[in-house]
Amino acid sequence: MSAIRVLVGTRKGAFILTSDAKRASWDVAGPHFAGWEIYHLKGSPANPNRVYAAQNSSWFGQQIQRSDDGGKSWLPVGNKFAYEGTPGTHQWYDGTPHPWEFARVWHLEPSLTNPDEVYAGVEDAALFRSADAGQTWQELAGLRGHGSGSSWMPGAGGLCLHTILLDPVNAQRMFVAISAAGAFRSDDTGKTWRPINRGLHSDYIPNPTAEVGHCVHRLAMHRARPNVLFMQKHWDVMRSDDGGDSWHEISGNLPTDFGFVIDVHAHDPETIYVVPIKSDSEHFPLDGQLRVYRSRSGGNEWEPLTKGLPQRDCYVNVLRDAMAVDTLDPCGLYFGTTGGQVYASSDGGDSWSAIVRDLPAVLAVEVQTLP
Amino acid sequence: MIRVVIPSPLRILAGVAGEVFLKVSHPVTQRRVLDALEAHYPALRGTIRDQTTHIRRPKVRFYVCGEDWSHEPPDTPLPEPVANGTEPFLVVAAISGG
Repeated sequence: MSAIRVLVGTRKGAFILTSDAKRASWDVAGPHFAGWEIYHLKGSPANPNRVYAAQNSSWFGQQIQRSDDGGKSWLPVGNKFAYEGTPGTHQWYDGTPHPWEFARVWHLEPSLTNPDEVYAGVEDAALFRSADAGQTWQELAGLRGHGSGSSWMPGAGGLCLHTILLDPVNAQRMFVAISAAGAFRSDDTGKTWRPINRGLHSDYIPNPTAEVGHCVHRLAMHRARPNVLFMQKHWDVMRSDDGGDSWHEISGNLPTDFGFVIDVHAHDPETIYVVPIKSDSEHFPLDGQLRVYRSRSGGNEWEPLTKGLPQRDCYVNVLRDAMAVDTLDPCGLYFGTTGGQVYASSDGGDSWSAIVRDLPAVLAVEVQTLP
Repeated sequence: MIRVVIPSPLRILAGVAGEVFLKVSHPVTQRRVLDALEAHYPALRGTIRDQTTHIRRPKVRFYVCGEDWSHEPPDTPLPEPVANGTEPFLVVAAISGG
């Protein structure tokens, strides 16, 4: 009998929600790390009991926590994130040079095969790797050092590396995304990198089609087709069919193509989900109606999913790491809001219900499908 | 023994309750107190001061005998009441909302 474990990071702690495969009744455990910002938690695909958590406070800085019992107990591990060499500068909001300074870990991505190997995407943007279950961290400095780093600039949330995708077919290949620099790919396990932003168009940079400078909010892939990537950009929903070498827009009939999350159905690589947000200055759903949009055709044709979601007076946001899917059949979807609700669907998005509400603002949602 | 009081989030992180008692060689200074604290409780590394530069984090303050010692040089000997354990060395989280 399978079970589901939902890992929820919030502004004031972490919560772990569990259910059997029916996904009808949920137990809520937490808060873990009460009072701390939990930007992300994620379990190891190779050992589901191994869970990593990024714990941060503006007072006390960054902690990394590790659990070896599925989140019941935690152990603080290494929290030293030192940039390689002389960090140099990136662009500040006003275009002036600004020193690279570590602020926090945004995203933790455990290896697909080794529970002791885990990647961390951090602010100011860089990629770190641990090969000893989080005890020590080393920067994969080829990313910041590939040539364009001095031109990267922060988005509203800071200069953050927020997305890490590991190719399940080609173990040499990985993708990252940075706000506001763009998407990058490595084909040698993170040693060297190149920007993959051809086809993106962003009016907020001097050259709207520049190689670097785009505010990519999120990337998603389906395990069966790692060459097909989906992107929620600041504005525009995009698709690549060649591992990021080129992109084309698939916003189609979306009512607004601004948003943060994007994800792919577990069993249908052409079924994707976004949560449209009104605009870059109005971070809430259109018309107070919280709607997930689903495309069954890999983009362009979208349908609103509303059953069970608030359709009036709803002005929450859904942040970039706050949507995930399980691998049961039918596929389950989960997303968290800045209003503290976690909504779930056990029928591919046709209907939704809040499996917990009134948590602190949700920053991240990940799902583990347990045997 | 030196008495150290740390904020409640750090007490939880370090797994301690109430005051922390540390053996610190003389002369007792801010640097030696923090070195001893981090040696006994490695989870506190980086939470009070930067792990590399040892510069105090911006939202952390040090209070000693009713005075703010946040900006004193780290190798200045602390007052005798702290050195002899009569008074605690206070690590305080700045009030800044959240």
